[in-house]
Amino acid sequence: MGDLASAFRTALGLILSLDPAVLAIVTLSLRVSLSALVLAALIGLPMGALLAVARFPGRGSVITLINALMGLPPVVAGLLIYLLLSRSGPLGSFGLLFTPSAMIIAQAVLITPILAALTRQVLEGMWEEYAEQLRSFGAGPWRAVPTLLWDGRFMLLTVLLAGFGRAAAEVGAVMVVGGNIEGFTRVMTTAIALETSKGDLPLALALGVVLMAIVLGVNALAQGVRGIAARWAG
Amino acid sequence: MRTPDSILPLRTEGLAFSAGGVEILCDVSLTITAGAPTLLIGANGAGKSVLLRLLHGLLKPSAGRVFWSCPAEHAARRQAMVFQRPVLLRRSVLGNTLYPMILAGVARGEREARAAEALALVGLADRAADPARKLSVGQQQRLALARAAALQPELLFLDEPSASLDPAATRAVEEIVLKLAARGTKIVMTTHDLAQARRLAGDILFLHRGSVLEQAPAEAFFRQPASATARAFLRGELVW
Amino acid sequence: MMGIFRRGVLPVLIAAFALPALAQERSITVASTTSTEQSGLFGHILPIFTREAGIAVRVVALGTGQALDVGRRGDADVVFVHDRAAEERFVTEGFGGPRRHVMFNDFVITGPAADPARIAGLGDTAEALRRIAATRAPFISRGDRSGTHAAELRLWQLAGIDPGSGRGQWYREVGQGMGPALNTAAAQGAYILADRATWLSFRNRQDQRILIGGDTRLFNQYGVMLVNAQRHPHVKAADGQRFIDWLLSPAGQAAIASYRINGEQLFFPNADKPEPVS
Repeated sequence: MGDLASAFRTALGLILSLDPAVLAIVTLSLRVSLSALVLAALIGLPMGALLAVARFPGRGSVITLINALMGLPPVVAGLLIYLLLSRSGPLGSFGLLFTPSAMIIAQAVLITPILAALTRQVLEGMWEEYAEQLRSFGAGPWRAVPTLLWDGRFMLLTVLLAGFGRAAAEVGAVMVVGGNIEGFTRVMTTAIALETSKGDLPLALALGVVLMAIVLGVNALAQGVRGIAARWAG
Repeated sequence: MRTPDSILPLRTEGLAFSAGGVEILCDVSLTITAGAPTLLIGANGAGKSVLLRLLHGLLKPSAGRVFWSCPAEHAARRQAMVFQRPVLLRRSVLGNTLYPMILAGVARGEREARAAEALALVGLADRAADPARKLSVGQQQRLALARAAALQPELLFLDEPSASLDPAATRAVEEIVLKLAARGTKIVMTTHDLAQARRLAGDILFLHRGSVLEQAPAEAFFRQPASATARAFLRGELVW
Repeated sequence: MMGIFRRGVLPVLIAAFALPALAQERSITVASTTSTEQSGLFGHILPIFTREAGIAVRVVALGTGQALDVGRRGDADVVFVHDRAAEERFVTEGFGGPRRHVMFNDFVITGPAADPARIAGLGDTAEALRRIAATRAPFISRGDRSGTHAAELRLWQLAGIDPGSGRGQWYREVGQGMGPALNTAAAQGAYILADRATWLSFRNRQDQRILIGGDTRLFNQYGVMLVNAQRHPHVKAADGQRFIDWLLSPAGQAAIASYRINGEQLFFPNADKPEPVS
């Protein structure tokens, strides 16, 4: 207990004093995860919306595949991306392995299926409700996509927050493809793993507290957004 | 509102619809002309709503055709429909009114003017900025009517627009319907409420088991229905 | 509302994308071991090199086996590890080289203060391992193809014992770096072979202490190699060679010697001496 208490004290000290090393790690984490979120959203949201409105052969299989990919183990994703981005791999010439870009790609790969699957779920119910009315207005499934994305905006924001939370808390993939290089690809989760392995629990805990605060903040935000969504959904 | 290439009269020939092997409408041939509201009446399950959807193009007939007096693409743009349960977008009252006009390609300035006018018509002008889905059920139906009215359709289908409403809200809806009819909009409306049909109808289409049994001016229909089934229906008997 | 998207959301998206665009800085990637990274040695010497040469060094810390694999795939410019046999294979196979010896430290066997196998103070590492096996006292193995793992297996062989027979019972392979393995040993009151540098910088010792140390057979030599630029043309050969030359230079060697934890020197530079035969 004494260990934990003193670790917490040290952790809070590191946070409150805005320790530059901690700050740099937190900044990089946010940069990587936000970029991954943008990348994943650009692919996942339209994909989910199309799956919600379009009916085509094989749609069920695509949905099953995306749902399965939601559970893709991060280290497996990391390994695949490692092999792709390695100098000896097909995309090696870009020299992305062990860079923040590789980490962004890895997190984006992990959360794109999540965004697509949740977007489909949110918009499919809405499309069932809207379809007849929109057809009466002369809008088919394709024209419905932007309408659904806009009308689902608050729900989709909670989807994005869920994706961001998952990306920011992920360790396996970014460790493998980023290499946990100090000052370059070391993010909160990999730093926590490293400091824990060094037995330096206060620093690990300090970063853990920051990470938890971010995840809690994201969830509180999502809760608030759900409130707004309820207001507009009636 | 009348233009040389009016979509009316609307004519159907041998219109039929079946779903899952069950015939819901068979051999419906009718003509709907401009003028006072046409009310579709008949028992539950007579096929009133399906007929409206076939006419509006939401359902494809399994046999027969709908003929407009102008090319079909023009016809689609000159008609609107309001459903029993209005589907309002997750937007403001004003946003809901503007949306179909955006789809229809109405110019921006014109959209704003028409929306303001339509909301005033249904008495929702002061609610323009509110979330549409927070309105009461009656207000929601009035908004659905405003949304349709703003499109300035030549023909407006109403599917049991007051079925879920209390008397006050029903009366508000009927007033709006009469105002629209007075402006020259052709109303084609289903109802299961005979008193409402008497209040609104210019002429009556009486449906029974998927067929049109009678089409007559309202006054004549209510005075002296031609068929025994319609007489029984008007007496309030179960005619299924 | 599309206007809101264009005015508000789009610039944010563009900004978020522009962020990862990295300032181009001159840098090399070094695949090295957890012991050099986690002991803090790199944290001490790399800033000195970067100041002198203007080249940032990015260290990917792995087990020796994995670090050599990273070099084989061409994903690092320099490999800096500690398993002479594996390093020589790497050079022979044409993946890089020549191999240069840089520094050494030594391994220690740590264990719980209670010392159930009674090995404290034994001068003979092989005898200590035989006693651990005989008493079936828990022993944590890295089990991760690292230099330390390779050294441990050589020591078991020297003791004439196949620890594999105790696998899953008293002989426990964790497949992780030195730090996690030490955490496990501390938690389980087990014996473990560790490099002294990581041990000295390790904080979560609980009642673990050094029981065996100083045996010549616990000698731990580090070597450095440039990855073969003929095989992997993108390898930054000039800057990588600059780093290697610096490590071997008096300045680099002095920097290594000057790294201490609690006054204790962790690594001993020996580039200017013939490499000891272990």
